[in-house]
Amino acid sequence: MKDTAHIQIPRAINWNRLEDEKDLEVWNRLTVNFWLPEKVPLSNDIQSWAMLKDSEKELTIRVFTGLTLLDTIQNTVGAPALMPDATTPHEEAVLTNIAFMEAVHARSYSSIFSTLCSTKEIDEAFRWSEENPHLQAKAKAILDTYAPGNDPLKRKIASVFLESFLFYSGFYLPMYWSSRAKLTNTADLIRLIIRDEAVHGYYIGYKFQRALEKLPAAKQQEYKDYAFSLLFELYDIENQYTEELYDGIGLTEDVKVFLHYNANKALQNLGFEALFPPEVSNVNPAILAALSPDSENHDFFSGSGSSYVIGKAVATEDEDWNF
Amino acid sequence: MPSIRLIEHENHIPEMNAPYVLITPTYADGEGRGAVPKKVIHFLNIPINRSNLLGVIGMGNRNFGATFALAARIIAQKCNVPVLDRIELAGTQEDISRVRAGLIKLRDNPCSTTAC
Ligand SMILES: Cc1cc2nc3c(=O)[nH]c(=O)nc-3n(C[C@H](O)[C@H](O)[C@H](O)COP(=O)(O)O)c2cc1C
Ligand SMILES: [Fe+2]
Ligand SMILES: [Fe+2]
Repeated sequence: MKDTAHIQIPRAINWNRLEDEKDLEVWNRLTVNFWLPEKVPLSNDIQSWAMLKDSEKELTIRVFTGLTLLDTIQNTVGAPALMPDATTPHEEAVLTNIAFMEAVHARSYSSIFSTLCSTKEIDEAFRWSEENPHLQAKAKAILDTYAPGNDPLKRKIASVFLESFLFYSGFYLPMYWSSRAKLTNTADLIRLIIRDEAVHGYYIGYKFQRALEKLPAAKQQEYKDYAFSLLFELYDIENQYTEELYDGIGLTEDVKVFLHYNANKALQNLGFEALFPPEVSNVNPAILAALSPDSENHDFFSGSGSSYVIGKAVATEDEDWNF
Repeated sequence: MPSIRLIEHENHIPEMNAPYVLITPTYADGEGRGAVPKKVIHFLNIPINRSNLLGVIGMGNRNFGATFALAARIIAQKCNVPVLDRIELAGTQEDISRVRAGLIKLRDNPCSTTAC
C-alpha cells in the first residue's frame, strides 16, 4: 500500500464564510475585469505603426519584450510563490486568478507583435531581452526573493515592487504614444493591463500590511528597511535600463519622473510613506491624462484639469440612492 | 480641522448640521458599477447631509483609468457640487498641504464653490 499519510487534503473552500471581506471584494473586481487581447481591435493600429521611425519601432518592441518577461515571471513564479503563504483559502483563490491574468498579459504582447511586426523584428527583440543586462538584473533581484524557503513578507514586498514599480519604465511608452494619438488601440490594451496591476499591487500590499501590523515594532522596522533597500537596488537598475532605452528618443528624464511617481505609489501600497519629493515626481500631465482618459475633471483646489463642468460622470444606477 | 469618519459609525448615520466637505474612495467594478460606497450613499440619502455639502474630494488611483475617482464625480453630479480635488492612494505630503490650504480657504468663504 502506498504511504499517503503525509498528504494534506485542503478544506473545501466556502465563499459564504469569509475571514477577510477584502478577498471577496478583490475576487469580484478581478473577475468582472476579465478580458482577452482579442477584445481590443489591435489591427486598427497598423497604419499608425507604419508611420513610426525604425528606431521608434525597435524601442517599442523592446519595451514590450521587457514587459513580457515581467509578466512571465509573475505568472509562473511570483503569484504561485505567494500561494503557500496565503492566510485564507480565499486569498489562494485570488492568487490563482492573478497568476492566470499574468499569463493573459504576457500573451497580449505577442498579439500586438503578430499584428504589427515581422517575425524577424520579434525574434531580434526577444534575443535582445535575453541579453540585456539590466532586464536580467531586475528579474534576478526579484526571483531571489521569490525562492522557496524565503521570507513570506519579503516575497510580498518584491511582488508589490514588480506589480507597482518595475512595469512602469515600460508602460510609459504606450502612454506617451497615446498622448500623441499614436498606437491608441495598443494603449487601450495596455490600460487593461495597468488596471489589473493596480488591483494586484493593492491586494498583495494589503495582505502585507495585515501581516506586518501583527509584528513587534522592531520587526516592522526591519521589513521597512528591507523594502527601502530593495527599492533602491531596483531603482538603480531601472535608471540604467531607462537610459539605455530612452536616451535615443530623448525621453529619459520624463520617464525617470514617472518612475519616481510610481515608486511612491508602490511604497504606499505597502503602507509606507512616499520617498521621492514632488519636485522630481510631478508627472507630465499628458501622461497622466493618457493613464486615465475620460476621467477629466476640473479639480477646484489645484485649478488643474479641463474647464469647469459638473456632471460629466455617468451616474451609474444603484438602487440604494433615493434621490 | 474637525472630521467624522463614516466607517466608525457602524449602526447609525451621522447628520451634518453645518457646511462640510465629503472625502470618498472609489471601489468600482470595470464598468463603473458600485463606485460609490454603500455607506456614503446611505449617508447622502439624508437631505440635510446633501444641503450642507460644499464639495467632494475623491480618493483613488489613476491606474483605474476611466473610473479614476469616479465616486467623487458621481456624487458631484448628483448633488450639484464641485469635485474639489482628487488624490491618489493615501496622498503625498504635497496633496495634503494643497487640500489643507483649500479647506481653510473654503471655511473662510464657503460660497466660493457654489452659487449660494
Ligand atoms: C477592488 C477595488 C476597486 C477599486 N476601484 C477603483 C476605481 O475604480 N477607481 C479608483 O480611482 N480607485 C479604485 N480603487 C482604489 C481605491 O479607491 C484606493 O485604493 C483607496 O482610495 C485607498 O483607500 P484604502 O487603501 O483604504 O483602500 C479600487 C480599489 C480596490 C481594492
Ligand atoms: Fe501582469
Ligand atoms: Fe500583476
